[in-house]
Amino acid sequence: MKHTLAVLVENQPGVLSHVAGLFARRGYNIESLAVGETEDSSISRITLVVEGDEKVIEQVSKQLNKQVEVIKVNDITNDEIVVRQLLLLKVAADLAARQEIMQIVEIFRCRIVDIGKRSLIVEATGDEEKIQAIIKSLRPFGIQELVRTGNVAMVRGVK
Amino acid sequence: MNGAEYLVKFFQDKGVDVIFGYPGGSVIFLYDVLGKSTLKHVLTRHEQGAVHAADGYARVTGKPGVCFATSGPGATNLVTGLANAYLDSVPLIAITGQVALNCIGRDSFQEADIIGITMPIIKHSYMVKEIEQLPAIMEEAWNVAVSGRPGPVVVDIPKDMFMGTVDISVPHKRIVTRKGPQKNGLEEQLPKIIEALSRAERPLIFAGGGIISGQAGEELRKFVDYTHIPMVTSLMGKGAIPETREDVLGMVGMHGKPAANLALSACDVMLALGVRFSDRVTGDPKKFLPDTAIIHVDIDAAELSKNVIAEIPVVCDAGKFLNKILEKMKEKKTKFHVQGWLEQIKEWQRKYPLSYEKGACLKPQQVIEEVARQAGDKAVVVTDVGQHQMFAAQYYPIGGVRNFLTSGGLGTMGFGLPAAIGAAFGRPGENVLLFTGDGGIQMNIQELATAVKNRLPVKIFLLNNVCLGMVRQWQELFFAGNYAHTLLEGNPDFMKLADAYGMKALKITDPKEVAAMVSQALSEPGPVFVECVIDQGENVFPIVPPGGKPSEMLGRWPGEAHISRIS
Repeated sequence: MKHTLAVLVENQPGVLSHVAGLFARRGYNIESLAVGETEDSSISRITLVVEGDEKVIEQVSKQLNKQVEVIKVNDITNDEIVVRQLLLLKVAADLAARQEIMQIVEIFRCRIVDIGKRSLIVEATGDEEKIQAIIKSLRPFGIQELVRTGNVAMVRGVK
Repeated sequence: MNGAEYLVKFFQDKGVDVIFGYPGGSVIFLYDVLGKSTLKHVLTRHEQGAVHAADGYARVTGKPGVCFATSGPGATNLVTGLANAYLDSVPLIAITGQVALNCIGRDSFQEADIIGITMPIIKHSYMVKEIEQLPAIMEEAWNVAVSGRPGPVVVDIPKDMFMGTVDISVPHKRIVTRKGPQKNGLEEQLPKIIEALSRAERPLIFAGGGIISGQAGEELRKFVDYTHIPMVTSLMGKGAIPETREDVLGMVGMHGKPAANLALSACDVMLALGVRFSDRVTGDPKKFLPDTAIIHVDIDAAELSKNVIAEIPVVCDAGKFLNKILEKMKEKKTKFHVQGWLEQIKEWQRKYPLSYEKGACLKPQQVIEEVARQAGDKAVVVTDVGQHQMFAAQYYPIGGVRNFLTSGGLGTMGFGLPAAIGAAFGRPGENVLLFTGDGGIQMNIQELATAVKNRLPVKIFLLNNVCLGMVRQWQELFFAGNYAHTLLEGNPDFMKLADAYGMKALKITDPKEVAAMVSQALSEPGPVFVECVIDQGENVFPIVPPGGKPSEMLGRWPGEAHISRIS
């Protein structure tokens, strides 16, 4: 099962290699990893998506916690969370195809951020499923380039 | 005050009485200051010698060991020693010089990314990139090395930092650890643990290195005295409480004592204290004690349910746990019912004693037994790695905490001699007994010079079988006697070698000479080299074949002519 871990770490050089190295050496599988500064610039937040059963995830969390620069590890898999990743996709688009691509873009509520002579760049945010669906819909037109980030996630506020 | 002066002052303020190291280009400024100071420095003959010596010093004193090395090859020579200290949870501070800040990343002369190289094998590391950070980094490095589960820390210091100015009149910015408090679950678990132990028919204590590094020997002794629950130890737990006691059954594991291994296999409730269930104990962890309720107490949460699943896990310092549980048990007047169980264990001890065949050939076990008889259980015993290490663990009863030094986790050949040197500095005035092999000693033999130069009372018992005994044994038992590259033909004449270093050298070939030679070696001041020419074919028994259960030991039992499995 996939787990989403929110890891707060000291914002220092070397922290990311500590975390990545830990996963490699203990044989855990990172599905995705995203890192950035938080509201407190001295703290970074790493969002990790890890594949494994409860036992593996427990070990992962404990090993992460052991790292000196790790402040807190939260498994937010079972919380009410908002999960997003970002996609940039350059799709082949001659005049004939443009109209249809723009319709797809509208349906998925993503945006066109660059118009070239023979291509468009589409920007989309969403969870894994939505991003997959967009890629699938645009594939028939010819994807020239694709880049995406790992998940970032946040627990919803109390309703 | 410059960076180098600050470092020397820092270690003096921390009460460090000796530093082990080796100078070089990137630390020349540090050594210039060190050489003018009153801080004692021991020059080893290789950086690996320095780090193992610092490790040995830390193991006998409980204080962090400190070593210095230069950048590049100096730093990379520390790597084995750091990994060794990490796996055995030994507090160390290694200061490595680094090329100057503006040279980093350009493949400069003697540049190596020691932070990157050591990342997976040490507890933590720091690079000092601004001189203003030096005081805060040193404070934190020290705290990280000694707190929680201890371990080695590397501080990498670019050359120009030693010359930079540290202003100690302004209070330095502290690095704040923002970790929240850890839940230990002790209060909720205590009643359950007492209940489980008092209802058990065959309870057993399994004590490890955590008792020793957590200074909990006295608490454990009180606990055993109150409950009469028998105890086994891991290799690292030897000496947690005196092994001369009847209720201490000795080491368990691949070469554990037969009765200890049988007790381990048969217990219904196990109280595991400061152990990590290494594969040398468990064999296949999936098949390890499927019907035993394991109570696992460790200061490192990541050890709980890592290798074997704990029924009751507790994140706690061993001493604190033992104090609490003893208090609760006395309050409730908890009784334990272990009489029948103790008799069963005694029966095993009668039926399956440790034994070896005495004959015309000198046996390694005889040397160890004789040294133990003469030097007693309070001596500091150091081993290298291999067959002699297991013989020492089996035949040398250890009477005190921090008296048995061995490379348990990493199994580092070459650890013995430099660790014994470090131990001699940590325990001045005491004899340090080193058991080593002809393979192990040749991995750091250059440190004979360090022992001689410092007139250290290190008594080296080289159990020479002219081969890599442990690997040879496996080849005999599991590889149809194909002794591929395990015979050390071309060994030097060790007597001449010891003599060349200026060390007193003795040689034992006849079993009848052992007592007199050991006596001479122990009474001689300073270092002594005793070469014991032993039976090449001697094997360590019992042995649990790889992947087997602890009860499935091969050995030669009384009245039996051949090696057999206990059934």
